[in-house]
Amino acid sequence: MIRVVLPAHLKTLARVTGEVRIEVAGPGPATQRRLLDAIEARYPMLLGTIRDRHSGERRAFVRFYACEEDLSNAAPDIPLPERVVAGEEPFIVLGAMAGG
Amino acid sequence: MTGVRVLVGTRKGAFLLTSDGSRDDWTVDGPHFGGWEIFHLTGSPADPDRLYVSQSGGWFGQVIQRSDDGGRSWSTVGNDFAYAGDVGDHLWYDGTPRPWEFKRIWHLEPSRDDPDTVYAGAEDAALYVSADGGGKWTELTALRTHPSGSSWQPGAGGLCLHTIILDPAHQGRIYVAISAAGAFRSDDAGASWLPINKGLRSGEIPDQDSEVGHCVHHITQHPSRPDTLFMQKHWDVLRSDDAGANWREVSGNLPSDFGFPIAVHAHEPETIYVVPIKSDSEHYPPEGRLRVYRSRTGGDEWEPLTSGLPQSDCYVNVLRDAMAVDTLDPCGIYFGTSGGQVYHSADGGDNWAPIVRDLPPVLSVEVQVLP
Repeated sequence: MIRVVLPAHLKTLARVTGEVRIEVAGPGPATQRRLLDAIEARYPMLLGTIRDRHSGERRAFVRFYACEEDLSNAAPDIPLPERVVAGEEPFIVLGAMAGG
Repeated sequence: MTGVRVLVGTRKGAFLLTSDGSRDDWTVDGPHFGGWEIFHLTGSPADPDRLYVSQSGGWFGQVIQRSDDGGRSWSTVGNDFAYAGDVGDHLWYDGTPRPWEFKRIWHLEPSRDDPDTVYAGAEDAALYVSADGGGKWTELTALRTHPSGSSWQPGAGGLCLHTIILDPAHQGRIYVAISAAGAFRSDDAGASWLPINKGLRSGEIPDQDSEVGHCVHHITQHPSRPDTLFMQKHWDVLRSDDAGANWREVSGNLPSDFGFPIAVHAHEPETIYVVPIKSDSEHYPPEGRLRVYRSRTGGDEWEPLTSGLPQSDCYVNVLRDAMAVDTLDPCGIYFGTSGGQVYHSADGGDNWAPIVRDLPPVLSVEVQVLP
């Protein structure tokens, strides 16, 4: 199970508190794209809030962090860090610093 | 009648203001969806417990919420606003082509008869309809693909479709307004569209007879006179008595004919209200005096309404969707400001009082009379 930290506004939309645990079923390695697919399948109200519904591109003011690395611009189909896949570190979705 | 509910959208959430028919004492409920921009929330005329909300933000995009119990609980519904077919281009501010790109829903307009049918006006300009309570949205493509569409340019607030009027008398007739393209009418439920901007004069464009390019800020209609429309344009207040085919200016003695909202009295179809704003670059009332202007003659002759409104050092704005009227007698008028005040008058505008003073900047105001 992959641990995912959602930003407060998306936790409210998804009606969850704390971390969520997401299973990314095989075959093949767990990737960012497959993890986001699984998040959206479990919480369809988050469709379009993390990435564009049609292009699949990350929304401009959303960031992905894990293992003290910024994975926002990582290719979506490369495997996630092993510690994330093992559930030792969370995959963090957050709103970028932007005022307003 | 059990009461009145005012639906307020703000930069940081939604608020529901309720009162009994006297409209003296108010309860403030909110914020709902705190931290999100609520461009519009409104209720179904066919079922006042059915509410629709356009919730958006720079971080997480567009969400549509629906309530089936008058705002006690909410559910997210569909937010897939796709442009159908060949997306094509409109003009950008610098005159270069730019592909249509969805940004947000500015306005939601529920059907008069069916709580599950609701229209949505988008930025970049497009009109959508849902027949299942907001679950699935279908673009009425004939508007965006009108031959003039490739020449539409955004106003300062974006290329936004902000006004939708579902004609109560002519089946299938819809009016929309787009900044800065102008007003359009469909007589076939959105299958085809006609620009209705004849008579508009806009100094910002070189060809005064251009069929599009006018920055219409808002249009309103009294249901008993469906062929009469009132318009607040970027500059100028206008009226049409032939379903938009021709317009004439009725700014008359207004201290400024720039403004955003325009509303018509619920029981007097020739009584209209505007809030003059000093200029296109100075979005606050002339002389720092917040005045609603009322015309009882359908325009041309206007009187300032000041009782209860700040008459010095007031520099707020009132946006296009931030004014509404109730259907009680006497008619109630409501408006919200960029300073977070929501004012109301329970006597057709003669006297005003704030319902709340310190909300986030107000984007939209609607009112429901509850059965």
